[in-house]
Amino acid sequence: MAYINADTIRITTPLTRDVALSLKAGDNVLITGKILTARDAAHKKFIELLEKGEPLPIDLHGQIIYYAGPTPTPPGRASGSFGPTTSYRMDKYTPQLLERGLLGMIGKGTRSTDVIEAMKQHGAVYFAATGGAAALIARSIVHSEIVCYDDLGAEAVRLLTVVDFPAIVAIDSRGVNLYEIGCNTYKINREKNEG
Amino acid sequence: MREITACQIKDTIKTLFININYEIGDDVLSSLESAVDREVSPVGKAILGQIIENDIIAKNERVPMCQDTGMAVVFAEVGQDVHITGGSFANAINEGVREAYSEGYLRKSIVSDPLFDRKNTGDNTPAVIYTDIVPGDKIKLTVTCKGFGSENMSRIKMMTPADGVDGVLDFIVKTVVEAGPNPCPPTIVGVCIGGTMDKAAQLAKLATIRPVGSRNSDPRYAELEAEALRRINESGVGPGGLGGRITCLAVNIESYPTHIAGMPVAVNICCHAARHGEAVI
Repeated sequence: MAYINADTIRITTPLTRDVALSLKAGDNVLITGKILTARDAAHKKFIELLEKGEPLPIDLHGQIIYYAGPTPTPPGRASGSFGPTTSYRMDKYTPQLLERGLLGMIGKGTRSTDVIEAMKQHGAVYFAATGGAAALIARSIVHSEIVCYDDLGAEAVRLLTVVDFPAIVAIDSRGVNLYEIGCNTYKINREKNEG
Repeated sequence: MREITACQIKDTIKTLFININYEIGDDVLSSLESAVDREVSPVGKAILGQIIENDIIAKNERVPMCQDTGMAVVFAEVGQDVHITGGSFANAINEGVREAYSEGYLRKSIVSDPLFDRKNTGDNTPAVIYTDIVPGDKIKLTVTCKGFGSENMSRIKMMTPADGVDGVLDFIVKTVVEAGPNPCPPTIVGVCIGGTMDKAAQLAKLATIRPVGSRNSDPRYAELEAEALRRINESGVGPGGLGGRITCLAVNIESYPTHIAGMPVAVNICCHAARHGEAVI
């Protein structure tokens, strides 16, 4: 399949605009560096702050937000199981964060037209991690610390140090969407086949 | 009359919930292994490979296979000759859930009020409990922890008798295909046709627990299962929703008598981390 690049691309964080622009839907990537986590409740709090004209508790420039909330960390481990949650629930909030410098997101599932338009405008990229591969993904997390919203428990904002975090570029900065392309490529048209 | 203590029930529930979160069933694992061979998309194959590797890591290292350790659902069949002593039945189950989610390092994902407060209960209780009184002097506990990536994509429709087989098939396939990548494909789809609205939903949940590879004993429903599976896997959604031929591992259909005027159809989608187990006390 033309859209799959067999080579794996290693990228480091923070992302630069050039790197974000260079990634294409279908690229396999291994991410190394620091990434932030936030899900529904933290996103809601971010937007409430922005609407009040107050600063965010974290600087988003060049950052990647991973939509995930882990299981508790067992003794002797760097983190609990840590797979992605479904991204569409963050769609309502995402364009405002892209405006503030966010360059990457990791989650599962496709994004809204508004998010994709904002990604194109700001040169951002959306990565898919494998849903349910939480124990596997946890192996790439070497350190995890809570940055803010500790009271949210699993939904607290964390700063992760990751080495070779496995992901696929699902939607690139030009708006090319692997969810659509992949699905259309493998769809079987019964009427055509039977005719 | 046989006495069973609340403590026995609590301990059984606790062990079940810890184990199902660490160990995927052999039926699911062997189905995933066969799916790798059948998948034609390279990305799909790679994702299936990651899922299998993940499940093996979880089992070997005794860690949760998925971070969404779900809402606890318990189907209890309580023998009518059982006398439960030392506490209430529901409390024993919730205490077992509480201990499992705390001691097993499982995520607590339950909020006490769904609309206004959304405050985490901190111990993953309460469980959803269905109790049937049956003949005998034993208690059978069947449990599942339901992640909400797939629960959110589940649907129920009050269809009419005139909708027929084609209408039911279309609804099942449409529900799963429209869910796309969100419920973590490849999924296991539980369906119930019939009953009342609530009964259909309950039996659809139970259908997600039926082993992958099993078939409805009525050949007509078995054929419906096969046809729905075929159509879903022709959709192209694929593993992770990134394209491929393995969108679904199984469609398990149950039926229940219903009213002359109706035909409820519930479709409960379960992710590939289909975690369930049972024990008899």
